[in-house]
Amino acid sequence: MSVNKNLKILIVDDFATMRKVIRNLLKQGGFENIVEAEDGVAALKVLQSQKVDFIISDWNMPNMSGLELLKAVRGADDLKELPFLMVTAEALKDNVVAAVKAGVSNYIVKPFTAEVLNEKIEKIVKGMAA
Amino acid sequence: MDVRFINPFLNGTVSVLKTMAFVEPKAGKPFLKKDSLARGDVSGIIGLTGAARGSLALSFSEGAILKIVSNMLGEEIKSVNGDIKDAVGEITNMVSGAARKELETLGLNITAAIPTVVAGKDHSISHVLGGPSIIIPFETPHGPFVVDICIGTLAGEGQ
Repeated sequence: MSVNKNLKILIVDDFATMRKVIRNLLKQGGFENIVEAEDGVAALKVLQSQKVDFIISDWNMPNMSGLELLKAVRGADDLKELPFLMVTAEALKDNVVAAVKAGVSNYIVKPFTAEVLNEKIEKIVKGMAA
Repeated sequence: MDVRFINPFLNGTVSVLKTMAFVEPKAGKPFLKKDSLARGDVSGIIGLTGAARGSLALSFSEGAILKIVSNMLGEEIKSVNGDIKDAVGEITNMVSGAARKELETLGLNITAAIPTVVAGKDHSISHVLGGPSIIIPFETPHGPFVVDICIGTLAGEGQ
């Protein structure tokens, strides 16, 4: 089974260049349907205004962190099943445990390649379809 | 400063630039810096707390950072603009994360703040502990950059 490349993916990162890097890496994997938000607060506004199929979020952000966004998504009836990939420099064990407890779908530690990013997306989507 | 801190930051820097920007920097011999003058044109600085306290700065020459960010974004950038400053912050964040992961294996659990970026010739870097700092110099085909670290464990801050 191949992954639907028309998935609408929301990239959440406070660094515009990192959003651009992730967008470029996703394009290498064939994903073109991409929206962006600069922090958790902006991400929630996007989620309220349009249907998104997949979230890729940074951890460390002002206003609302990736972990807080994850908890908000998992706590919302209409969003709680949404695939959520944390892409972060925070590789400390305590952080990974906190993200898993909050219901993260998977976790990528920066730096990472296009192959790793796209493999994780496929793994999450296929796991949900199984 | 505890020499155990040097290799994690050296390894983290090489890993981040190799993976995200396809640049393989060559490290030179570390040395002690006693002044606050940055050794590059654009610097990212991040505070560190926890089992050790201090700060990390990455200072890039214009030539090095233009090539690094151009490679990261897949488009040529010809001057130090907002994209460059933004990317330097994120690179600093990633190097800090990679180094802290390695330090965790040594039993040192360290957290990081959000990085700040300073640009301009002869700008200064104010380390949390005041200094002196350790400089790890790097060379790339497009110019040099340095990792500037001033960090100490709680028992021997700034030593």
